[in-house]
Amino acid sequence: MSSSTGAQNPFLEVRNLRVHFPTDDGVVKSVDDLSFSVERGKTLGIVGESGSGKSVTSLSVMGLHKRGTADITGEILLDGQDLVGLDPDAVRRLRGKRMAMIFQDPLSAMHPFYSVGSQIVEAYRVHNKVTKQVARKHAIDLLERVGIPNPKSRVDDYPHQFSGGMRQRAMIAMALSCDPELLIADEPTTALDVTVQAQILDLIRDLQAEFNSAVVIITHDLGVVAELADDIMVMYAGRAVEYSTAEDIFTNPQHPYTWGLLGSMPRLDRERTERLQPIAGSPPSLINVPQGCPFNPRCAYDALNGDLSTTERPEFRDVGGGHFIACHLSGEERTRIWENEIRPKL
Amino acid sequence: MPATVITYIIRRLFAAVVLLFIVSMITFAIFFVIPKLGGGTPETLASRYVGRAATAETVRLTAERLGFYDPILVQYGHWLKGIFVGADYDYGPAVDHCPAPCLGYSFRTNQPVLPDLLDRLPVTLSLASGAAVLWLLAGISVGTLSALRKGSVLDRMSMGVALAGVSLPIFFTGLISLAFFSYQLGWTAPGGSYTPITENIGDWAYALLLPWITLAFQFSAQYARLTRAGMLETMNEDFIRTARAKGLVERRVVVKHGLRGALTPILTIFGLDIGLLLGGAVLTESAFSLKGLGQYAIDAIKNYDLPKVMGVTIMAAFFIVLANLVVDLLYAVVDPRVRTA
Amino acid sequence: MDRDDLLVAEDLQMHFPIRRGLLRRKVGAVQAVDGLTFSVKRGETLSIVGESGCGKTTTGRLLTRLLEPTGGKVTLEGRDITHLSMSDMRPMRRDIQMIFQDPYSSLNPRHTVGTIVGAPYRLQKVDPPGGVKKAVQELLELVGLNPEHYNRYPHEFSGGQRQRIGIARTLALRPKLIVADEPVSALDVSIQAQVVNLLEDLQNEFDLTYVMIAHDLSVVRHVSDRVAVMYLGQIMEIADRTALYERPMHPYTVALLSAVPIPDTNRKNNRERIRLQGDVPSPINPPSGCRFHTRCWKAQEICKTVQPPLAELAPGHRAACHFPENTDKLTIDPTGVAS
Repeated sequence: MSSSTGAQNPFLEVRNLRVHFPTDDGVVKSVDDLSFSVERGKTLGIVGESGSGKSVTSLSVMGLHKRGTADITGEILLDGQDLVGLDPDAVRRLRGKRMAMIFQDPLSAMHPFYSVGSQIVEAYRVHNKVTKQVARKHAIDLLERVGIPNPKSRVDDYPHQFSGGMRQRAMIAMALSCDPELLIADEPTTALDVTVQAQILDLIRDLQAEFNSAVVIITHDLGVVAELADDIMVMYAGRAVEYSTAEDIFTNPQHPYTWGLLGSMPRLDRERTERLQPIAGSPPSLINVPQGCPFNPRCAYDALNGDLSTTERPEFRDVGGGHFIACHLSGEERTRIWENEIRPKL
Repeated sequence: MPATVITYIIRRLFAAVVLLFIVSMITFAIFFVIPKLGGGTPETLASRYVGRAATAETVRLTAERLGFYDPILVQYGHWLKGIFVGADYDYGPAVDHCPAPCLGYSFRTNQPVLPDLLDRLPVTLSLASGAAVLWLLAGISVGTLSALRKGSVLDRMSMGVALAGVSLPIFFTGLISLAFFSYQLGWTAPGGSYTPITENIGDWAYALLLPWITLAFQFSAQYARLTRAGMLETMNEDFIRTARAKGLVERRVVVKHGLRGALTPILTIFGLDIGLLLGGAVLTESAFSLKGLGQYAIDAIKNYDLPKVMGVTIMAAFFIVLANLVVDLLYAVVDPRVRTA
Repeated sequence: MDRDDLLVAEDLQMHFPIRRGLLRRKVGAVQAVDGLTFSVKRGETLSIVGESGCGKTTTGRLLTRLLEPTGGKVTLEGRDITHLSMSDMRPMRRDIQMIFQDPYSSLNPRHTVGTIVGAPYRLQKVDPPGGVKKAVQELLELVGLNPEHYNRYPHEFSGGQRQRIGIARTLALRPKLIVADEPVSALDVSIQAQVVNLLEDLQNEFDLTYVMIAHDLSVVRHVSDRVAVMYLGQIMEIADRTALYERPMHPYTVALLSAVPIPDTNRKNNRERIRLQGDVPSPINPPSGCRFHTRCWKAQEICKTVQPPLAELAPGHRAACHFPENTDKLTIDPTGVAS
């Protein structure tokens, strides 16, 4: 597919990415034929449930899969340079410098035996030949920038002496230490309380405006992407099922899985009128992904096309204005179902 | 040092002293109370320390001299008193003063126990410390390499060797290696050689080389397995992923972030092992005829020489307790969560 | 006490002692729960919400008497169960059951589903009509599982199905009250909705009363009749769902609601944002006066010294605040001593 969704001059462009893990039980097809892009200053939200392949995708971009365990094909272009097949040491030199990552659980993501400051100093000094004193000064500045009070004294604290929100701030400081042009945030607020989550989301937004980096935010929470993302990609069973601007995804979703997600979520801002509309069944095994459309066993509309959904894999195609979906339903059917059956119940 | 660490140390010291008391009581009970339950009398006990043809009167006098007629608590009290304030020993012709800490006089040789023990200590200390250095180096490096190359030929081979190391008893490996390396090839010193380090460090190392390797073989096997398991777990931690995401070179990820986490639990085991060995590496000392604490303990038990047995037991317990105390303190150094909690 | 009240908590308190120093003397206490008064009406769903460390989980354990409170009183149908012993509590366990958050760790992996779901019958020595096996299979069917999976083990099920197994187990003895501690927060969105609907159906079918402990304010709005907001061991506000979400009175509730991201890009720009600074203080040494005053943008001198009572500021709507919001039509005494 072309990089038509948002990104004219993408900093990160992923084309036909496939990540398979051979295991004793069979090949786990974690990511299959995935394409997306994001440019500087923009945020892409990748949404999906557990096992949808969203985290595997981010680890592939960062080159963090264990050598020999993952079978990766396709292209991962970082500022035009393909990372798939690139010498691992060359990818390592990009990590932390041009692309950085923050993780879900800041407590386990930091080494318990080293002070917060020394972990930031380490991240800075891998890529910058500076003295420890300079790096420490930089770490204090960063801590201050991400909103840690008293950074001069807190820099020597250990992770366990920080609260959850402060730890995530420190992780962000670590990720930003070398001014990366791409920041991947994998469920950055899932482990945090809601008032702290709001602070961290604000912080990520502010920092992006300041650093003008490309941001990929991976989450299961549609609320989080609505707050932050310019574009949204919805993943299911290792594939993209829908991809468009954030506004499009929320006002005019086109894929039955996206409908299912929206129908499953209770709303904070509205009085309840209906029962929730869950998606039946549970996600498929990634070893035996269903034939045809992987969502067909759980789809309420798969019968509208005869047996097409169970035999033929739907092409991931542009249905207008850079709105991509992978679904056999025709435009009229989708509009009818969305307008008459889905939207009224949300 | 924060007050929490100080109270922590005081608590541990207090516990250590209590533990030593309990060990001494149990040892005392084993040698004095259990024979009585089995129908022993002060005379039967005392008859072990006089000649075969002793008269009943000699036996009685000996029993009295050794205090066997006193109530058990009084006997234990005497022994304890010796440790804290010293004791006087009347062995017939003269009275000998044994200054504190006094672990008593041998029933057989009438020699004070402590100087004997201290004489033997350097041998055991040399054996244990040299072996420990070897097994730490070998065990940790082999374990780390195995973990990083899990499932490889190297991993499977070293774990096979490690299994052998754990299961082969030291009197077997010790005697085989002695026969081969010393007597057959003449590469290492024969059994029973020992030169104090203060005399000649080269001879000291030469004499102990084979015992070290044999002892270290057994221990490094266990440490390799522990290190491998610890590394496999630690290398799957989130903070390792973070370290890689920072762009660190793999060696630094493994050593600074991985090993540091994986080795902490090994510290505990190491404390126990070294403590146990300082109390006497009985089998190794026997196999190589080294006159260390282990041999001393065996002789004491064979001769039913109670003060010696008590002395060596207390000494061993002391080392185990001390080693554990050091480990606990080291934990506070290694893991800031212990220090600042 | 109202006749409709199934469960009443009065001034409930749970202080966990902290022991320090050489002699392990008690040097303080974690005031996990500090003076809760509320009632649960028959057939309703009362949700207790709050951030981590607010004491909501401890509250659940006190209500089900998995913990013995250090103060106050819990009454179930008029019977004081505050200090009942384990054995005296056993018959009461038929009436109160608990659902736990983690469907992975709350089921014994070595037992079959049949054994797990049938366990309450054996523990309570109840012979269900038709035998335990039939009863268990009915329960499995009730929660949407295949009754033929009676002999399978927990690891053969997905997270959502395991939570259904947990629910089937709590239903075995037809309890009156179910305390559910974060029953859906470990589940994926699509599965979460299935379990929420299941809990709703079961409530209608068996006249169940729920106390839901949750942090997800969207789910809480969907499932609750009444909501209590906790902060540092105390109730800040308790009200009917609609009143609480549409006219929150306590500044903390207002801040909580405004912090939740809403899955709607249109709403993103026209929401009032209130961002609390910092983190929740330690429950070992909670702030004086109103516990929220350190993070509250409306705090005045009085908030630091006088703890505001949980006063009824509108019918059925209580809030513990000196300067509550959304009270335009009410005249209240700013010291909060009114009512």
